Amino acid sequence: MPAGTLYRGREGMWSWVAHRVTGVLIFFFLFAHVLDTALVRVSPQAYNSTIATYKTWPVNLMEYGLTAAILFHALNGLRVIAVDFWAKGPKYQRQMLWTVVTVWVVLMAGAFYPILQETLRNWFG
Amino acid sequence: MAIETTGSISGVELTNDRPTDPSAFLIEPPRTRTKRTGRKSRTNFEMLAWLFMRLSGVVLVFLVLGHLIIQLILDGGVTKISFAFVAGRWASPFWQGWDLLMLWLAMLHGANGMRTVINDYAERDTTRFWLKVLLVTATVFTVLLGTLVIFTFDPNIS
Repeated sequence: MPAGTLYRGREGMWSWVAHRVTGVLIFFFLFAHVLDTALVRVSPQAYNSTIATYKTWPVNLMEYGLTAAILFHALNGLRVIAVDFWAKGPKYQRQMLWTVVTVWVVLMAGAFYPILQETLRNWFG
Repeated sequence: MAIETTGSISGVELTNDRPTDPSAFLIEPPRTRTKRTGRKSRTNFEMLAWLFMRLSGVVLVFLVLGHLIIQLILDGGVTKISFAFVAGRWASPFWQGWDLLMLWLAMLHGANGMRTVINDYAERDTTRFWLKVLLVTATVFTVLLGTLVIFTFDPNIS
């Protein structure tokens, strides 16, 4: 390890990086999402026309990406809790990360059609 | 970057003919109090913030994943969402409470995470201060706006 750095690489560091990046992304989306929902206090038309952008295919793809970010942050967050509170957590942190990744891949595969159903129907009939 | 020094760090001998202070390469343990550290805090704020992240995180897993399933997956996914759909859900105090709790927990959880990110990457004291002012302002505004919207929602607005 080079002197003067705390970065140790491997699963521990990269899961930390991914947790941080997804967290920041989710926070910025949340900010925008509260603002768009607040349009229900303006008028049904204002709300509906803004929500219409959520139904276009580029934003639909971003919703799948947002789900991917949230799901990773949620599953890895549970792993962080296990590392902190379970006596054997630190010992199994690597195995838990690969469990997180596996569950994430399975759930994201399962969410592919349900979330993108409208876009997929438009593209492929 | 080549590091040239003499001395011993954690038992590793570093030999070179030019002497350098080995402490230049030491990383202080996180809790070390130095001259630049403020006076000892009387509250356990950082511990409580750490605990809040874990407790709110567990609750948010259920609230947010449930929210995603309802909004993005069930009944045709995102295409069903409209003013009428929102009005139907907020007619029930259960879903009002769900959304209110989710709003508060997610915003505070996210704001505390952003505070950590700011502390990590903004090195100048004034930069950190103003980024945190911006963060607190945006957070208070968003939480209050969202709360107001949930409590004052009018399905008959025109």
